[in-house]
Amino acid sequence: MTAGPVLRAVGLSRVYGQGESTVVAVDGVDLDIPAGQTLAVTGPSGCGKSTLLHLLAGLDRPDEGEVWLGGQRIDRFGQRALARLRRRAVGFVHQDFHLMDELTAAENVELPALLAGNSPRTARRRAAALLDRAGLADRDRHLPSELSGGQRQRVAIARALVNEPLVVLADEPTGNLDTAATHDVLRLFSDLRDAGQTLVLVTHDERVAATAGRVVSLRDGALCEDTLVPAGGSQLGAFLGWEG
Amino acid sequence: MQDVVLALLVKGPSHGYDLRGRLCAALGPLGETLNAGQVYVTLTRLEKVGLVVRDREDASARGPRRKVYALTGAGRERVAGWLAEPAGPRADVAEFHLKLVAAAESGMAEPLALVEARRRELRRSLAEAQHTLLAHGTDTEAGLLLEGIALRLQADLHWLEACGRAWSARAPYGKDGGNG
Repeated sequence: MTAGPVLRAVGLSRVYGQGESTVVAVDGVDLDIPAGQTLAVTGPSGCGKSTLLHLLAGLDRPDEGEVWLGGQRIDRFGQRALARLRRRAVGFVHQDFHLMDELTAAENVELPALLAGNSPRTARRRAAALLDRAGLADRDRHLPSELSGGQRQRVAIARALVNEPLVVLADEPTGNLDTAATHDVLRLFSDLRDAGQTLVLVTHDERVAATAGRVVSLRDGALCEDTLVPAGGSQLGAFLGWEG
Repeated sequence: MQDVVLALLVKGPSHGYDLRGRLCAALGPLGETLNAGQVYVTLTRLEKVGLVVRDREDASARGPRRKVYALTGAGRERVAGWLAEPAGPRADVAEFHLKLVAAAESGMAEPLALVEARRRELRRSLAEAQHTLLAHGTDTEAGLLLEGIALRLQADLHWLEACGRAWSARAPYGKDGGNG
């Protein structure tokens, strides 16, 4: 692991459209994400948070600024290098899971490991371990259509982890889930956090953001707030109103 | 009530009638529940403890004579303390709203800075609620209580987002009071 931040954005900007109809989706964002940090990016819809995540993942290119991942500047990578990077160094989790419908849960998790050049045996071993960690050991032969939304998202998270990425990036990972399924996904993220996995999640839901160690707010494409959330705390007693 | 009245006197001395008008403007329809005498009673109490002094009496050609009150040094300190103090996780919506109005009118604090500080405070409380909830589950009675607390904090954070938008659109502050 590098000594500096795992993921770093410097003066990152992304503009869509031309002439009078230009929209500045991301506006001069500076962000350092140290190894092992769980970062939540929040803000109202249209604030640029998904665009920011795509820039960090190498899924989109900035108009200005730099993206550094694991000590390498990636915003100028060619298509092949980017594709390789996305397979190995970045795990991406989508709001609507993006699983392959005709593959089982285990096969979905194995696929990126195979594409990265691992042997079928290694891919199987890693997928089994990750599904177990996600509480889905007994669902490995199920097709996505036979799983609940929360289970599908946990398969997608296992898939994002299979190549041991430097960072997992999640775009509204609980956006399509009910309360119970959201809790399951958040508990899995919480385990990942304890294991030291660097994680960036974009969410409009303050309750989801609150499970991260650091919360930043985006408004009109610019960072406007950065809160480190200490572990533990003792504010809830105030809800009893018993102090005097 | 005392803090808000004091804050409205930061810009300059004023009388009860004007203060009540500005309070009502800041509170909108909720201001109608404000008893006419309340501001005067508050001013008298504040005078007794030395936070305001009677400045003079305005005698307009028409209408009643009005007692004009001015803030003392101690009163000013109290306003500064009130604006700076964290509200706590279950603060009152109307009080925080008045604090933002008072901050803008007095020029003693930036409303947006208060919004950000409050957001940090609420986020820490919500983080504590969520972590406790994830650790203990929602299926118990205790979980139900935590769920209520988390939902309430989430609602407060939503409202704060709206406050942030409104006050950033309104900058620069303090040019104009709530009574237009």
